[in-house]
Amino acid sequence: MSFESAGYQLLPVLPELLLAVGAMALLMLGAYRGQQTTTLVTTLAICLLVLTGVLELLLPAGKLTTFAGSFIVDDFARFLKILALIGSAATLILSTEYLADQSRRIFEYAILVLLSTLGMMVLISAGDLIMLYLGLELMSLALYVVAASNRDNAKSTEAGLKYFVLGALSSGMLLYGASLIYGFTGTVSFAGIAAAVKTGSVGIVFGVVFLLAGLCFKVSAVPFHMWTPDVYEGAPTPVTAFFASAPKVAALAVFTRVTLTAFPGIVTQWQQIVVFVAIASMALGSFAAIGQKNIKRLMAYSSIGHMGFALVGLAAGTAEGAQGVLVYIAIYVAMTLGSFSVILTMKRSGQHFENISDFAGLSRTNPLLAFFFAMLLFSLAGIPPLAGFFAKWYVFVAAIKAGLFTLAVVGVLTSVVGAYYYLTIIKVMYFEEPLGQLDPMRLELRTVLAVAGLFNIFFFVYPGPLVSVATAAAKSLF
Amino acid sequence: MITWPILSVVTFLPVVGALIIYLNRGDDEAARRNSRWIALWTTLITFAVSLILVWRFDAAQPDFQFVEKAQWLAAGITYHMGVDGISLPFVILTTALMPFCIIASWKSVTMRVREYMMAFLLLETLMVGTFSALDLVLFYLFFEGGLIPMFLIIGVWGGPRRVYASFKFFLYTLLGSVLMLLAIMALYWNAGTTDIPTLMHTAVPRSLQTWAWLAFFASFAVKMPMWPVHTWLPDAHVEAPTAGSVILAAILLKMGGYGFLRFSLPMFPLASHDFAPLIYSLSVIAIIYTSLVALMQEDIKKLIAYSSVAHMGFVTMGIFAGTIQGVAGGVFQMISHGIVSGALFLCVGIVYDRMHTREIAAYGGLVNRMPLYALVFMIFTMANVGLPGTSGFVGEFMTLIGTFKVSIPTATFATTGVILSAAYALWLYRKVIFGVLKPSLASIKDLTFRESVTLFPLVALTLLFGFYPKPVLDMSAASVQQLVNNYATAVTAVKAAALLQ
Repeated sequence: MSFESAGYQLLPVLPELLLAVGAMALLMLGAYRGQQTTTLVTTLAICLLVLTGVLELLLPAGKLTTFAGSFIVDDFARFLKILALIGSAATLILSTEYLADQSRRIFEYAILVLLSTLGMMVLISAGDLIMLYLGLELMSLALYVVAASNRDNAKSTEAGLKYFVLGALSSGMLLYGASLIYGFTGTVSFAGIAAAVKTGSVGIVFGVVFLLAGLCFKVSAVPFHMWTPDVYEGAPTPVTAFFASAPKVAALAVFTRVTLTAFPGIVTQWQQIVVFVAIASMALGSFAAIGQKNIKRLMAYSSIGHMGFALVGLAAGTAEGAQGVLVYIAIYVAMTLGSFSVILTMKRSGQHFENISDFAGLSRTNPLLAFFFAMLLFSLAGIPPLAGFFAKWYVFVAAIKAGLFTLAVVGVLTSVVGAYYYLTIIKVMYFEEPLGQLDPMRLELRTVLAVAGLFNIFFFVYPGPLVSVATAAAKSLF
Repeated sequence: MITWPILSVVTFLPVVGALIIYLNRGDDEAARRNSRWIALWTTLITFAVSLILVWRFDAAQPDFQFVEKAQWLAAGITYHMGVDGISLPFVILTTALMPFCIIASWKSVTMRVREYMMAFLLLETLMVGTFSALDLVLFYLFFEGGLIPMFLIIGVWGGPRRVYASFKFFLYTLLGSVLMLLAIMALYWNAGTTDIPTLMHTAVPRSLQTWAWLAFFASFAVKMPMWPVHTWLPDAHVEAPTAGSVILAAILLKMGGYGFLRFSLPMFPLASHDFAPLIYSLSVIAIIYTSLVALMQEDIKKLIAYSSVAHMGFVTMGIFAGTIQGVAGGVFQMISHGIVSGALFLCVGIVYDRMHTREIAAYGGLVNRMPLYALVFMIFTMANVGLPGTSGFVGEFMTLIGTFKVSIPTATFATTGVILSAAYALWLYRKVIFGVLKPSLASIKDLTFRESVTLFPLVALTLLFGFYPKPVLDMSAASVQQLVNNYATAVTAVKAAALLQ
């Protein structure tokens, strides 16, 4: 099999091409058939995502590159792409109810998610700064619109606008950093930069700082996290679930790839930045969440904290660290999607609610739901034997090996603070009197919760597959 | 000889019971009764199977027995289970006490019985696993996992201040443990494995020993609990339901002492030696200070909780004395305290079920209406004091002579604790049992058959081990001997090297 265009192999980008063409086709379908096709378009979009994932897995093994090395498909990319596709597909499944509402039957929603996913895939495979920027912008532009998709709602619109303005700012910083790096090395490809950067000159370090600032914004790490709570709270809940899962995978992927493959020569320089960002994110994520009353805001701070934990692995700057990041993000996506499927269920007589106090007595009215949610929360807090513990194990074990003891100690201590607010939710569900019956849980939410919840509880029985795949993926970076 | 994974069966049998309870749907009286019976049978069968362990256990062998090993996380992190003479007594203590806990909750827990029984069965699995895990990560999994059911037991079925108590319990213990987790990781990179038997024979560099010892200490000192990190215990005890208190006092506290024996002493002998004076000081403070605090209590459960802290002081002191008598006494004291304090909490639960108060001032003259109860309560009070002829005496005496060999001042101060414990325990007994019968107690009933079933076996064990402690001491003798020998060899080697320089 050989696909070529202008002398470039197209085989490595085949999944992306499929996704792009499929998204266009679905757009045409929606545009010509009108809003009544929303359900059809969404269903087809889920199928398309699955198909793309299958195609990605069918690509020949090993490292494939194309477009003169600016597009890389290695084990690392495969792992994270599959994860991003799972996150996006699950989001679309979770959105079914939101889209079924008569007032906003917007078929574009699924298309935008598809395009954003396409951006993520490009981002994950980026082998140079240009490709990185292309992927990042494609992903972000679609996200801005999705955030404002509930257009009659002031909060949703505000969230979209806020995200857009701050996102544009961060893109600017990223571009500025990229141009500095290009100026000082004369190349945009990661391999070329790695070859050129052996010592950290001031210009390069400046460039790296700006580049990382832009990336920190995308993973919502402190001090570039300000948008997160507002956007999480304002955006429609399924969209929040999306923000918390797939884009985080892609942003963390590119963060890892850039630092480890483009700047292995100046590890000591960027390590300081990552250590600071990790500590600040973990601390803010746990302390600021304590006072939250709204579950979506709480999940925003929780995700800030979790990005901090994931960055602990990256700070190690080793293969173990990269493996830790991969395991972390995989487990994090499962925990997040599970949690949001619970949050989406919180509905009494057709009315959604988002306050933590509304979870009162859930263990009496919906014991199984409460049990799964409690296990997810314990897992987010990192309590063994749940999956979240293993996520933390792998990042901290890498940090300890790299000798980052302060970072590790601060990390585990903030995880105790974090445990407090997860426990608060469990307290409300288990120790307080019920407020009333919930509406029956929808089938698609049940499915997502069951898959994520069972994965979370039983991960410890057989952790082998995920860990070995992550190990192989991390090795492909070095 | 072993053809089936007997230790895993003992560990995971309760989970199977919990699953059966889960499948038994409904919330009516029949479902509740079924849950209780299933839980009771599960714990009884688990206990019966664990007796096979005792039966087949070779006490002359100091090494781990019933070993099971399977692939798990990574090359150096495996599913590795096994027991030796130090851990087997704790496994048996756990499986033996669980049926009593279930029976004690028979009538007093009426709300959400299914969940209650499931939480207890899960807790049993995690506790047995803690004592039989031979891999540090596996150990940590069981050790920390136990927080989840205990948090729910205190929080859902506890007293009026249950939320505060459950949070304090959870966060305190977690805070101590996360530091241990980091030390586990450091050990992993040092030796390339978290296999406990391997680590016991791996020399750990001196500086890592110090840090790792402190990290493990943070975890076990909270769990034990040692002064000054004991403050979660009285709260947790007071708010927990009776069976929860029993488990807390009898088994969860022992995890701290077990941790010292399993990790601190064998893996970091030099650091243990260096820090022994610290342990002595904290133990002596715990013994004297918490005994004095116990004297001032108005709540029966709180008084027993503080006395637990004091008794655990004897254990830590004995363990870190590093002598055979001290370590063996520590093990024995933990087993004895498990039986005695568990029984004392059961006794408190019995009057609480009748009167719904634990205030000492609310009771008086119980002997007039409850002679049998008065007798049983007296035996356990005497055992708590450490009267010769009860199991409490053997443990305290052995830890004291073990410590006397190493540090005379420590042993001397600790001995005053024996007098103080007599003071508060007898004071409690006089207030509650003797004196004029309070009018409110006029219609109180003596022990029912169900309550007698929970208490009399424990009375028998207390007296048996008081007069004939040999079964427990023999079971652990070889392992204790090996532990003390290795510790002494490591310490003298360093001392000799220091002399030569």
